[in-house]
Amino acid sequence: MERTKSRDTRFADSEKRLRELLLQGLGGDTPAYHGFLKALSAHLRAYFRRRLFQRPDDIEDLVQEALLAVHNQRHTYQADQPLTAWVHAIARYKLVDLLRALDSREALTEPLDDELEVFAASDTDAAEAKKDLDKLLAALPERQRLPIMCMKLEGLSVAETAQRTGMSESAVKVGVHRGLKAIAAKIRGSL
Amino acid sequence: MKTDDLISLLAADPAPAPSKVGQRFAVALGFGIAGAFLLMVVTHGMRVDLAQATGEAMFWMKLIFAGSLALAGLIATQRLGHPGVRLGGVRLALAAPVLILWLLATAVLLTAAPAQRSYLVFGETWNTCAFSIGLISLPPFAAMLWALRVLAPTRLALAGACAGLLAGALGTLVYALHCPESAPPFIAVWYVLGIAIPTLAGALLGPRVLRW
Repeated sequence: MERTKSRDTRFADSEKRLRELLLQGLGGDTPAYHGFLKALSAHLRAYFRRRLFQRPDDIEDLVQEALLAVHNQRHTYQADQPLTAWVHAIARYKLVDLLRALDSREALTEPLDDELEVFAASDTDAAEAKKDLDKLLAALPERQRLPIMCMKLEGLSVAETAQRTGMSESAVKVGVHRGLKAIAAKIRGSL
Repeated sequence: MKTDDLISLLAADPAPAPSKVGQRFAVALGFGIAGAFLLMVVTHGMRVDLAQATGEAMFWMKLIFAGSLALAGLIATQRLGHPGVRLGGVRLALAAPVLILWLLATAVLLTAAPAQRSYLVFGETWNTCAFSIGLISLPPFAAMLWALRVLAPTRLALAGACAGLLAGALGTLVYALHCPESAPPFIAVWYVLGIAIPTLAGALLGPRVLRW
């Protein structure tokens, strides 16, 4: 009883904290959004680790893929919905997708877990991902790669990036956005 | 790239979350219905007695049947497009139009003279009706799958089936402007079969075209 109770409390805390961070982030608060993704990655890592114990090498790839999916699909989160249900559905979808790609036999035993589990544990030790996102980034067309490199690697703002690359500010935003979508698609394709 | 780098990259994405879901579905509905209407006019033609038909209860029954099914299908499709949102009560809204129609058809068949029953079910156009609905549903079918791709369905076959059902209901709504049949047993068999065609196609295509 004691253990169950403490797990539920922990879960409720995570749900509340992460949801606040996400909503602030969706409202334009970049540090809050960064904090959300950071905390979420730890939960995702623990979630995938327990389900991929036979394939430890795939865990970090899947964490990154799920993070990209959460980011690219963030417009599908409805504020009146439990965050755990949304995150769990995405994490499980990506997990099943991977298992199906790896081995059709494994896919027959889809994980039947409850959605609270995705926030039940957290693991902050990031292992090295197998797939090289840098290579995927390098393969993007210039109008997507340049703004991503400027904003990410050099920490420039949208306006500075626009000035540096000679692109318009809206082209910078569109380039980063499409580039991230393209990376997500390439990760999926390379499974 | 390390996961922390990826997180910084994602957090730096300056584009606000796109929330054009409603807009995209509105465009899809507009083009889907317009496409179905054009296809119906070109391949089948409006029924010549349309003005007269608007005075008949069964003409409106067909529209209400298809319209309520389309509305339930639209809600179900949108729900399935949002990760972690359950269908819940929408299942009932999806089943109710069909069940009510079947009840009505059964009542009509039971009270009809035995010699008439076969005509009530087969009418004049039974051999083309379902196929025609499937054909006219093609534009909304493509439009709804396109709209659903802006969302993130996690149950692809089910989401595809719901989009197909929505397309089938829209196609039926348009086809009813051509179809001269008005016996409930006919509608209960051939219209439902016609809607089942895009529904099945959506279930089969969903896992291929809706992946993300």
